[in-house]
Amino acid sequence: MNQMFDVIVIGGGHAGCEAAAGAARCGARTLLLTHKIETIGEMSCNPAIGGVGKGHLVREVDALDGIMARAADAAAIHVKTLNRSKGPAVRGPRAQADRKLYRAAIRGLLEAQPGLTILAAAAEGIETAADGGIAAVLTGDGRRIACGALVVTTGTFLRGEIHIGERRIPAGRVGDAPAVGLALAFERLGLPLARLKTGTPPRLDGRTIAWDELEAQPGDDPPEPLSWMTERITNRQVVCGITSTTPATHALIRANLHQSAVYGGRIQGVGPRYCPSIEDKVVRFAERERHQVFLEPEGLDDDTVYPNGISTSLPEDVQAAMIATMPGLRNARIVRPGYAIEYDHVDPRALSPALEVRSVPRLFLAGQINGTTGYEEAAAQGLMAGLNAAARASGGTANRVLTRGEAYVGVLVDDLVLQGVSEPYRMLTARAEHRLVLRADNAGLRLTETGIAWGCVGPERAARHQAFAAAVTDALARARSDSATPAALATGGIAMNQDGKRRSVLEVLALPGIDPALVDAAFPWLRDLAPALRSQLEAEALYAPYLRRQEAEMRLLEREERMHIPDNLDFTVVPGLSSEMRQRLSAARPATLGSAGRLPGITPAAIAALAVALRREGARST
Amino acid sequence: MAGRGAMNTADTIFALASGGGRGAIAVLRMSGPAAGMALAALAGGLPKSRMASLRRLRDEAGEVLDQALVLWFPGPHSYTGEDSAELHLHGGPAVVAAVAGALAALGARPAEPGEFTRRAFLNGRMDLTAAEGVADLVAAETDAQRRQALRQVDGALATLTGAWAGRLTRLLAHQEAAIEFAEDDLPTDLGDQARAGAVALRAEIEQHLADGGRGERLREGVLVAILGAPNAGKSSLLNALVGREAAIVSARAGTTRDVVEVRLDLAGVPVTLADTAGLREAGDEIEQEGIRRAHRRAEEADLVLAVFATDAPPDAETLAWVTPAALVVANKVDLRSAPATIGGVVPLAISARSGEGLDALRAALSAAAVRLAGAGDAALLTRPRHRAALTEASAWLAEAEAAALPELGSEALRAALRALGRLTGQVGVEAILDVVFRDFCIGK
Ligand SMILES: Nc1nc2c(ncn2[C@@H]2O[C@H](COP(=O)(O)OP(=O)(O)O)[C@@H](O)[C@H]2O)c(=O)[nH]1
Ligand SMILES: [Mg+2]
Repeated sequence: MNQMFDVIVIGGGHAGCEAAAGAARCGARTLLLTHKIETIGEMSCNPAIGGVGKGHLVREVDALDGIMARAADAAAIHVKTLNRSKGPAVRGPRAQADRKLYRAAIRGLLEAQPGLTILAAAAEGIETAADGGIAAVLTGDGRRIACGALVVTTGTFLRGEIHIGERRIPAGRVGDAPAVGLALAFERLGLPLARLKTGTPPRLDGRTIAWDELEAQPGDDPPEPLSWMTERITNRQVVCGITSTTPATHALIRANLHQSAVYGGRIQGVGPRYCPSIEDKVVRFAERERHQVFLEPEGLDDDTVYPNGISTSLPEDVQAAMIATMPGLRNARIVRPGYAIEYDHVDPRALSPALEVRSVPRLFLAGQINGTTGYEEAAAQGLMAGLNAAARASGGTANRVLTRGEAYVGVLVDDLVLQGVSEPYRMLTARAEHRLVLRADNAGLRLTETGIAWGCVGPERAARHQAFAAAVTDALARARSDSATPAALATGGIAMNQDGKRRSVLEVLALPGIDPALVDAAFPWLRDLAPALRSQLEAEALYAPYLRRQEAEMRLLEREERMHIPDNLDFTVVPGLSSEMRQRLSAARPATLGSAGRLPGITPAAIAALAVALRREGARST
Repeated sequence: MAGRGAMNTADTIFALASGGGRGAIAVLRMSGPAAGMALAALAGGLPKSRMASLRRLRDEAGEVLDQALVLWFPGPHSYTGEDSAELHLHGGPAVVAAVAGALAALGARPAEPGEFTRRAFLNGRMDLTAAEGVADLVAAETDAQRRQALRQVDGALATLTGAWAGRLTRLLAHQEAAIEFAEDDLPTDLGDQARAGAVALRAEIEQHLADGGRGERLREGVLVAILGAPNAGKSSLLNALVGREAAIVSARAGTTRDVVEVRLDLAGVPVTLADTAGLREAGDEIEQEGIRRAHRRAEEADLVLAVFATDAPPDAETLAWVTPAALVVANKVDLRSAPATIGGVVPLAISARSGEGLDALRAALSAAAVRLAGAGDAALLTRPRHRAALTEASAWLAEAEAAALPELGSEALRAALRALGRLTGQVGVEAILDVVFRDFCIGK
């Protein structure tokens, strides 16, 4: 059977789903190829979406009309905004999801997406065209499906190997066969590979946990949705428990370290510094007597509980003994043991900023295969790969790329393709130079307009966005122009310098520790603002003075960032570059002076020399 | 300029690294893409890298030039980052000249002053401050300036800044951890720790900023303005100090119409003496301009030398410049003895004509110059750029101490770190470009 699609996406995980939905939204005839329809949208690890940094990514994917946030809202059973005591720039919305409901929501959204076909089949091979680029995908059941572009999002399938104590099982996720045919095809493409590892904790039977002995942690009330298109979260909300490891747990782990796959030397891959295994924590922080563990229910009608904070690759019997040493878990039964998984990933420096493999036109990679960890990181890449694949399949050559100044998605992709990874890459707000601007609360204002231009935003969101953006502009203008005298403010209970200088609404909102009710009393029109609108004003008031002070510096950064390096620039003839710098630059081919500066090992002097050459180039071409 | 044009890094350069003249051993250094080829040609093959080997050096005709210890440093792990070699020759001008001639015949050329170090900078082997030090070294006029430049080439400022940046990075890491890993039961006082660290760091930076600008003065020179009424003997004094007729001396009031400046080396500190038009009610327009300039120069000056003549009563205009920081002299003591005090200050009694008291004045000037420029101690900030970067870093640290929210504290710490980075050239291409354009002759 011969078929033709604009875009084929291999893999039904978080990257694949977002890629397929995104490509289809852009009008590409899209095929999602996956082993098993049932595992589409599976949360293979922690049943939660969002957090600090990750929540930012989810909101950005949502701003481009992606599906992750909507599905998470539909499945949310415990919602909490992290860092609530800190400022809006670092608040991270997070939802724990019912795994079954999440799968159903994702599947529902994909099935409702026009132009998207889902097929359960194993991708066994790739066919390339005369230009070395992608021509077709060959399936296990003998089909050849031609395509304009291909997105591969197969996670840890490349030489994936699970470790539980001394047992090794070749696998992707537990229960999934690794995709051998595709792995071989990848090997033939000669992509640079490196090895990483990650782990999961054992899952517990919630009915065997003594909840009444544990500190309970409720979610936010009311729960705030992740998606801008969600009115309200309707699921019943559950409470999490908090327990911790004990000195007895640590003693047990130490006594059995030699049996751990990680410490027994059976794993060479590099694991993340954050989110380390409990073995790592006990060894590295030997002085700590306890480590906190969150007990997170995996579903409303599912008794499985995810103990967050104790991923491990110790043998099953040690895991059971270890669990029993923790408060409330004396009789807890393990439903599924924890394990470590080691896998190959593609060095993402082989990719362009569009996530396209430089050496294989029309082949895009997204998700864990690029060395990242986390659903949100995967979804963000999936979305960008899907949008670019759709553009390429329709004959476009322009890349759909977000900059570091525009989005966490931009930071993520730029970090990956320029720096590569040395451990599973996780989004952190500290990675963003423009953290005060890139907030979870303004993702739509930052990105939806771009999404509309790219054609990936549906009419409903577009209309809503435009109305909101206009309202924000109005409210900001009014908050800048409307003002009161210090005397009038003092009468209203707002103490301040009686210098006779009028203060704008924004200036009043920026006063440290100001009571919002007093501001409302001074400027009654604020009361009529929708909460989302008001929080935009508050964030602006809080951060604008800071941003102004950094403006000159940021402008300079931007100028370097935007200084374009012509595709045909010959680095070997740039004066003042050492041969080492020439090699590095030629290999990475950075697109701008800014990205050249972020390449590892490139010296500031080399950047200066490059800047000189670019200016001369610019002078010649104008 | 031929020499400048030859700054091309594609050239292979060589220079005598040891002092010239006759010595037991002379060291020739060579760097550039053809260094390996040249060394192999001279020494009959490349020796093992980074190992001293004894070789016979021969010229193209095969004639033995010397028996030398040779060292081969392939790039990028060499001083310049390029392929480099060292030839330890038997000292003696004839041997050196013969080997230099052979190298030139192989296509290498003599290096310009500081060129090895410039290449090291361009290849990322040294930071911006060290590169500035190289430029200063080449331009050094006095011994104290030379030592100052060397300190900077050796990385005194970069090391200090680097240590600060390291501490700041740790503070920032703590602050970031508190933001990023909110749920990971981290120590609750991370924010306070970061704040305390910022306070301590700022105190240290402020200490360096409070150096009175000594380093910059040593690099740029101390400016001394000679002020006094017409005919007090300012020009005569300047000439007496310099020992040559730099300024016109005349008995007619108002001869020195403009500012005449001469440069002296006083105890290793470069000092600029500025002779000015006499301070008084001006006659003609040109003289008025001269007086205006005198005032301006006096305001810019690091030190005022107020000159009074013993045969006239102290004039009000000059008296206005008499402060405890000024040097006050009573000139023409050959005519009449000096008053006990002028404007409450005991003057130095001198005679520009007879030379009496000039040694004491020179000593007083030297002492003041050394105090102002710190010739002996080590003020590490040598350029306004350094001061600006540290001032900014300090201001951001103050901001971090006062920040109401952790992300604002973190933002301030990041800005402080960037300011430090600008100092060493880790951040901000513009600062580097300045150096590159000014000192390295790229892009012509
Ligand atoms: N007797 C005597 N005459 C001096 C001395 N210094 C300067 N003069 C004379 O004073 C006159 C004015 O000197 P000049 O240096 O031009 O004074 P200026 O106007 O302050 O620069 C000249 O005739 C000098 O020769 C001194 O120490 N003793
Ligand atoms: Mg004169």
